Amino acid sequence: MSTEVDYRIKKVNIICAKGAIEDVYATLVMGNGAVMEGIETNIFFTFFGLDAIVKNRMDKLHTGVIGNPALRLPGGARMPSLLGVIPGMESFTSWMMLKEMDKLDIPPVSEFMDLITAGGGKIYACKLAMDMFKFKKEDLSEHVSDILTIGEFYAHAGGEGSQIIFT
Amino acid sequence: MSQKTYAGITVDVNEEGYFTNPSQWTKEIALEIAKEENLVLTGQHFAIMEFLRSRYLGGEPLSIRSINHSGVLDVKTFYQLFPGAPLKKATKIAGIPKPASCI
Repeated sequence: MSTEVDYRIKKVNIICAKGAIEDVYATLVMGNGAVMEGIETNIFFTFFGLDAIVKNRMDKLHTGVIGNPALRLPGGARMPSLLGVIPGMESFTSWMMLKEMDKLDIPPVSEFMDLITAGGGKIYACKLAMDMFKFKKEDLSEHVSDILTIGEFYAHAGGEGSQIIFT
Repeated sequence: MSQKTYAGITVDVNEEGYFTNPSQWTKEIALEIAKEENLVLTGQHFAIMEFLRSRYLGGEPLSIRSINHSGVLDVKTFYQLFPGAPLKKATKIAGIPKPASCI
């Protein structure tokens, strides 16, 4: 006797613990992509990832220019780590990245959250990290549904066809 | 490539049912594809499908973000009109290929 098993992904629970542009956007692209496919989506921001949901920080994320061996200059040459210490280099690089992403119709963080929540995706903040960084609920963007303990996060993440993804 | 018949008209579709020749599409056809998706189309559905078609035919990429710039409706309403996977459903019913967009 054979039984048909449905292995489709029905729910994703994405954890973002870092606050650089590439970390946050990896999370948002995966989250929004899931919502677009009709997959139930929970996104949980913790530690430095909280910057992505703090109102006055979310649209001002940076990417690291020191200790990032994959970072290249226009043209493809590796960016020497020493250049990273030049004042303004991090801001400039981050601005360039956001500009290139905009050309591909990748929205700013706050607009990305609009798209995700419009489709029913849920955004959560980690209680422990909130306490650690001394953030209050008022500091968070209105896209955030709730502040969760890790136990509550696991409770939200349960179910058949559910996956936990750590970006 | 295969063919399907909607509203008495035979159209070319791919293996997933997306049109390969958007010029074969009519509103009557859209109503029948929508039935397969358990949707009853309204003026709002047609308005946003017109937007998607004109954008596709103009060579512009389709994304969920572009819906907000349609001037017809916002993304939230779009999700309500085509529940589940709206961009895929809407393009299928609108007779255009499935968007290859990640956004």
